[in-house]
Amino acid sequence: MNYNWNWGIFFQPNPMGTGTYLDMLLSGLALTLKTAALAWVIALITGSIVGVMRTLPSKGATWFGFAYVEFFRNMPLLVQLFLWFFVLPEILPRAAGLWLKQLPNAPFWTAAIGVGFFMSARVAVQLQAGISSLPRGQKMAATALGLTTVQGYRYVLLPMAFRIILPPLTSEFLNTIKNTAVAITIGLLELTGQARSMQEFSFQVFEAFTAATILYLLVNAVVVTAMRFLERWVAIPGYITGK
Amino acid sequence: MLGNFDFDVIRRALPYLFYEGMTFTLTLTGLAAFGGLVFGTALALMRLSGLKLLGRIAGVYVDFMRSLPLVLVIFWFYFLVPYIGQWLTGASRPISVGAFASSLITFIMFEAAYFSEIMRAGIQSISRGQPAAASALGLTYAQTMRYVVLPQAFRNMLPVLITQTIVLFQDTSLVYVLSITDFLGAASKVAQRDGRLVEMYLFAAVVYFTISCIASFGVRRLQARIAIIR
Repeated sequence: MNYNWNWGIFFQPNPMGTGTYLDMLLSGLALTLKTAALAWVIALITGSIVGVMRTLPSKGATWFGFAYVEFFRNMPLLVQLFLWFFVLPEILPRAAGLWLKQLPNAPFWTAAIGVGFFMSARVAVQLQAGISSLPRGQKMAATALGLTTVQGYRYVLLPMAFRIILPPLTSEFLNTIKNTAVAITIGLLELTGQARSMQEFSFQVFEAFTAATILYLLVNAVVVTAMRFLERWVAIPGYITGK
Repeated sequence: MLGNFDFDVIRRALPYLFYEGMTFTLTLTGLAAFGGLVFGTALALMRLSGLKLLGRIAGVYVDFMRSLPLVLVIFWFYFLVPYIGQWLTGASRPISVGAFASSLITFIMFEAAYFSEIMRAGIQSISRGQPAAASALGLTYAQTMRYVVLPQAFRNMLPVLITQTIVLFQDTSLVYVLSITDFLGAASKVAQRDGRLVEMYLFAAVVYFTISCIASFGVRRLQARIAIIR
């Protein structure tokens, strides 16, 4: 292979004047984590609401949940980001559109919202599966005790369902982190974006992508380990994972 | 606002969008799904082979691929494939690989990790008695897999495999980062040329949505039919 390896490149100053190339990658990592965190909050909140709606006896709520999930699941994430970024400001009333276009950090907010809603459909499906995996008696017992529907979900169904779906939620969270890389297309300089610009500035392709790869693997390992602890901590006694 | 929505821009771009763009997208999806399934099945067999080293290699590969964002993997292969080609052919310089070949290799390697997990679940869902009966009949390992285990595993997992292919179909839009003219790439080129982002991106969204919706509806029908047979 006639490729000029230069691992020292990470400690050379980057052309942006923001420190070394390593600093550039680390600031990308920070932005990846920030975007993923905000997206995950959006995904968890809206996904939980929609997931619960899908299990309600009301026909309208079920239908809305179904339509919501199909809407966000059947379009590529990249197309959804373009819709949020390029199309939404144009089809809003002029004043609102202008405000959106002039928003500072627009790629960041767009990425967080776009990835968040994209992932919320997946969270909704997982939560619905978790709730329907509970024995029917749980809901009936809640009703028999005189709990309202809201109380039944709050105190009986959801605490169980969320613990059951914790492992799939972990992989959805990891997907959220990975999906933020798509935002490179709307100009968000997250980890992949910074690795790409480092490659363009320094021509050290493989060093840049190796570093990004290692950082992604590290993040993965940290999240997986943290979730293991969380799983053990909230495990339900009597279940296979319980104490 | 949508008041000056120009349908004519879309109508004029249709031949380009579908003959160039959609053909690329569908060919890439089809070939990558096939290649990914073959390679993924091989990985699944490696993991279940009982040979420690082989299983370890496949496991590391699958975990590695699954923890990286697809965009990063696309970049990796785009720059790496010319060098691998040089190494394989013994050429003096990195060989130039076309956009299609590069993205096809990327998607086969990437999707194989996901398909292998599906096939592994499929193979594990088959009762122990089946391979036992096959070896009692004197079938070799290869024959057992070829005639007994894999056909059933494939059939049981068909809905999941198709669902994964729908995801793959949507993911191929990410070749946009290499400025390749797939369906979305074509739409975006027209959008930028004519300054008609709203029309083109909305149209692309509707097309992706329609195709994925019809396909996932088909999966649900299929699931219902398979459930009856068992």
